[in-house]
Amino acid sequence: MKLPQAWRQPLAIVGGVVAVAWLVIAVAAPLLAPHDPLAQDLPRLAPPGPGHWFGTDQLGRDILSRVMYGARLSIPLTLLLVALSVLVGGLLGACAGYFGKWADETIMRFADLVFAFPTVILAMVVAAALGASLANAVLAVLVVAWPAYARVTRGLVLGVREREFVISGRLLGFSAWRSLRVDVLPNITGPILVLATLDIGTALLLLSGLSFLGLGAKPPSPEWGAMVASGVEVFDSWWVATFPGLAILTVVLAFNFLGDTLRDALDPRTARAIKERAL
Amino acid sequence: MSPTSVPSKNSEAAPKRESAGAAPRRGGGPSPLVRFLVRRVLTALLLAVGITLVTFVLTNLVPGDPVAANLGQRALGDPAIVAQWKAEHGLDKPLPQQYLLHLQGVLQGDLGTSQQSHRPVLDDLAEAVPATLELAGTAILISLVAGVAFGVIAALRRDRLSDHVLRVLSLVGISVPTFWLALTTFYIFFYRLQITPGSGRIDPGMSAPPHVTGLYTVDSALAGQWDVFASAVGHLATPALVLALYTIGLLTRFTRSAVLEVMGQDYVRAARAKGLPGRVILFRYVLRSALVPIITVAGLAFGSLLSGTVLVEAIFAWPGVGQYAFKSATTLDLPAVMGVGLVIGAVYLVINLIVDVLYGVIDPRVRLT
Repeated sequence: MKLPQAWRQPLAIVGGVVAVAWLVIAVAAPLLAPHDPLAQDLPRLAPPGPGHWFGTDQLGRDILSRVMYGARLSIPLTLLLVALSVLVGGLLGACAGYFGKWADETIMRFADLVFAFPTVILAMVVAAALGASLANAVLAVLVVAWPAYARVTRGLVLGVREREFVISGRLLGFSAWRSLRVDVLPNITGPILVLATLDIGTALLLLSGLSFLGLGAKPPSPEWGAMVASGVEVFDSWWVATFPGLAILTVVLAFNFLGDTLRDALDPRTARAIKERAL
Repeated sequence: MSPTSVPSKNSEAAPKRESAGAAPRRGGGPSPLVRFLVRRVLTALLLAVGITLVTFVLTNLVPGDPVAANLGQRALGDPAIVAQWKAEHGLDKPLPQQYLLHLQGVLQGDLGTSQQSHRPVLDDLAEAVPATLELAGTAILISLVAGVAFGVIAALRRDRLSDHVLRVLSLVGISVPTFWLALTTFYIFFYRLQITPGSGRIDPGMSAPPHVTGLYTVDSALAGQWDVFASAVGHLATPALVLALYTIGLLTRFTRSAVLEVMGQDYVRAARAKGLPGRVILFRYVLRSALVPIITVAGLAFGSLLSGTVLVEAIFAWPGVGQYAFKSATTLDLPAVMGVGLVIGAVYLVINLIVDVLYGVIDPRVRLT
């Protein structure tokens, strides 16, 4: 199989390999992890070495195994979170753009209100109000994440709405819903896909940030942000916080590499430049 | 959200500008710039009311019981005292009326009393806000200078090694978890190498400079206390740099694409054709147009900086709004949470207003929309 030109560049390949590696780790953690992530049977705060390559934490748990199991929490939740944001934001944005008038005003002013708060602070208040749990943290991030999609989708729908093929569809008697689904949606998915890919990183950063603040995953679950937070308590045992932090960094970086490449590939201006270079 | 919400703002602004170009208005009435400013301020005021509503609704969704949190055990057993307390704080009224009372209080500068510190929220915030503004302001200055410089370099050296290196570095910048970076730099540079000062705003044992602005660097310089000034700058540097990394990455990427886009325009080609020196083209032709999208991103970047302060302040024990917000959110100190929401929302509004005004100043087409 031959990769398309746009993807044959180092950033995309590195991003793809790292992302796939993390997905494999998430799926196969029970097979790959050398220890039980919750078992407290190793010496406490042992530095990295044979038998526990990432060291152990203050309860004698293997950090490598916890980082691997952490992928099973963070990665699916982040993907779910982005999917939900696309769904909620996209639907609301499409309604705003397609129907205009009061629907537009109501939805977009609401989005403006959410934009009026810094994400972490709003998410923090929502998470605290709902009670600290990983599910509530996802909900809190969803609350701050959807408006970005609503804005972009609205803008895109506005651009397509007046095009001939959409109007002729309506004249043929398509319902608003069918027109949106058949004529509008296929023409706006590209940019939303780029946004979503670039957003996976941001979402993971926000989600692990909430857990770091103690507003997400509860102990003993091996969530990366919470693991970094537990490293704050045992400051001189650097490995406790370092490895889960590196896990977050590599996942976010991989998806940002992919998103960046995707944007170049789908943006007609840069896509042309890539083609010209290839010729 | 971060880098991603930017195209949306641009795509929204684009159709407006087109219509503006089509119908230039002339003649009587206040100048377009004044009308533009008045409209922006009015929108901002409307949003401000919206913010008070959101914070009010949010804090009323909280399942906590403010009566139990404020009255002692014995008083709770006495229905008369409970009723009196509720009446005093307006809690016996229906929610819409409670909101109006809350709004009235806000307008009079009364944000309630913190259940944690038992002090007026306004007093708590008066101490925390300057600390955060000093931190976030320094960080945004660093980001603007470094981000625009890197972005211009990347655009001018497009597809060469330095461009690729800057692209990777800026992606790393927006991918690092801030809380982890803060912890790691603190560990390496303070704990191991001992080249940066520790947590807080000045060295322990030093007393704060006399209060003028609340910004320790400015206040100490005004008072001529240069040892305090040096200490304050030293304490400010590391957290500000940590905080700035994300926004440097963001601004580098957007500056690069904005500059590249402008460099492809005909008028830039014309300027080059008539033999203007490269520096004049860059500063007078390219950067001026590229500034509009850059300022949009800088405004958004300031928002993400304020978000970052929660995480950075926690590690560096910086006594700012971020820490205050965190403490009050986790203890469900509702008046404090509402106060933080209001102040942060207000700061955000002012930033957006500044961005809008700068648009109008830089790009005359915007004023007419």
